[in-house]
Amino acid sequence: MTDGQPILDAAFAGRIGSFDLNIAFQAPLSGVTALFGASGCGKTTILRCIAGLHRLPGRLTVGSRPWQDDTQGLFRPPHKRRVGYVFQEASLFPHLSVRRNLDYGARRAPRDNGDRPAIAFDQVVDLLRIEHLLDRAPAKLSGGERQRVAVGRALLSEPRLLLMDEPLSALDRSTKDEILSYFELLHQELNIPILYVSHDIAEVTRLADRLVILSRGGKVAEGPVGDILERLDLQPLTGRFEAGVMLTTQVKAQDAAFNLTRLDLNGQTLTIPAVDAAIGETVRLRIRARDVSLALQPPTGISIRNVLAGTVVEVREEPGTAYAETLIDVGGGRLRSRITREAVADLKLAPGLPIHAMIKSITFDRRSLS
Amino acid sequence: MAWASLRKSNPMPDLDGLWSPIRLTLELAAVTTVALLIIGTPIAWWLARSKARWKEVVAAVVALPLVLPPTVLGFYLLVAMGPDGPGGWIAGLWGERSLAFTFEGLVIGSVFYSMPFVVQPIRNAFEAFGDRPMEVAATLHASPWDAFWSVAVPLARPGFLTGAVLGFAHTVGEFGVVLMIGGNIPGETKVLSVAIYDYVETLRWTEAHILAGGLLVFAFVVILTMTLIEKRIGRPQP
Repeated sequence: MTDGQPILDAAFAGRIGSFDLNIAFQAPLSGVTALFGASGCGKTTILRCIAGLHRLPGRLTVGSRPWQDDTQGLFRPPHKRRVGYVFQEASLFPHLSVRRNLDYGARRAPRDNGDRPAIAFDQVVDLLRIEHLLDRAPAKLSGGERQRVAVGRALLSEPRLLLMDEPLSALDRSTKDEILSYFELLHQELNIPILYVSHDIAEVTRLADRLVILSRGGKVAEGPVGDILERLDLQPLTGRFEAGVMLTTQVKAQDAAFNLTRLDLNGQTLTIPAVDAAIGETVRLRIRARDVSLALQPPTGISIRNVLAGTVVEVREEPGTAYAETLIDVGGGRLRSRITREAVADLKLAPGLPIHAMIKSITFDRRSLS
Repeated sequence: MAWASLRKSNPMPDLDGLWSPIRLTLELAAVTTVALLIIGTPIAWWLARSKARWKEVVAAVVALPLVLPPTVLGFYLLVAMGPDGPGGWIAGLWGERSLAFTFEGLVIGSVFYSMPFVVQPIRNAFEAFGDRPMEVAATLHASPWDAFWSVAVPLARPGFLTGAVLGFAHTVGEFGVVLMIGGNIPGETKVLSVAIYDYVETLRWTEAHILAGGLLVFAFVVILTMTLIEKRIGRPQP
């Protein structure tokens, strides 16, 4: 982490339920940091401790402000912490209309300079597209609408830090995708650091800049999303099915005839369905390990458009299963490929071997498009 | 036989005399209900939110009047309010000897007697919405006091309504405790239920009929109101 940049510095230790939680981590007060781990690993407890809703022995500093310091008996009560909290269930106040829910935090928000709010009501309503809901009762909203209002309500309380506790877990797949794109917008438009708790690796890789991986109440790894996803040793935690990597590319050309966008990755070309971006703009791609196949020769006569030349960096077989994970350096980035152990043996895969990676499917990160 | 002679001996009904016990009863029930909401709400909040292990002991004490014979409660209250009890000491502050046989004494007795009917529904309402709304309020910068008034009280409104109606109605119908600590002083402690008893004792059936019939209608309206409030609780709030 760069020096001088404001950070969140947290350390908590204590017993929760059936195991001991003991974790210390830092997160920059910018961008999205995800706390990632299986259900019941203590992620939510940490978030609650940061909000002050739960008290475990420890220490917490946000920017220059200490919020908890047990050595000095300091514990700032939750209503005096400038955090926004988005719970798993939207938890809107049922006795208030959407508008009055949004106003609840806004009216009580501490004002630094005594005058204008930093985030305007209209801006939030516009960003989350909730204007038509303002006069409705929360009970009359869909799950996705409710969660959008909850996010808006948290934002309008003018937090210095937005805490999100699996805000999508109660929603169905398509609603999830919709809300995720709102979160991406949020990230672009408002400069509020977000601490995001999730057990869904796809969600995390789409949103987060940094990742803190937790297991059974402890920290396993932390770092930029790309670095963490490339680590095969973390694979049991980052998941098999959805595991993948991030690649950063630039728009090279738009093909209007076929409705495609061509991207440059360190001299090699990737083709994706057209995205609305100017030449030279950065597009972040997510490629899952299960969508990457390997070939020793450049394949011909196939429908797959994206084939990248590279070299094998690492091969990790999973004993007792049919599978192996490989890491391929394609210049300008690394890919993960999930193939069978039999294929590893047939192709005699080993570090240093030149290889061609065929990519079946790419998801791109809309957030990187401005 | 005696029945016919009873009816014959019924004197001219004194309708003006009915107003005094009615007014007194309504006053008593109103003052008691207000006092119970003020005293009962913090007790209900504590019972709903505290993690203290002995809170159920307190809950049991509050609920005692549900099973205690009113005469037993009345007896202890009489002792407590008498010249030698704490009530006598308090009465001494304004130069009286005792709280017994006064309107103030009746209010105190009624507060004890009707407490469970007010505390229980409010406690249930506080428990029903759980910790989450208060946590949300805290993360939106509401102090605990602010959150109590802006979130907990509105959410528990059906509980407050039920509690108030039950507390009021139960105080109106009280007999045993009143008789023990209040006696039968017209305009001071003679409430409806005691008045009905008196009218029957003195064979004034018309007056007894009017009061008893009125209370019957009152009880019916209370039950109906309660049922409608309960239905509102069941429905998702608008």
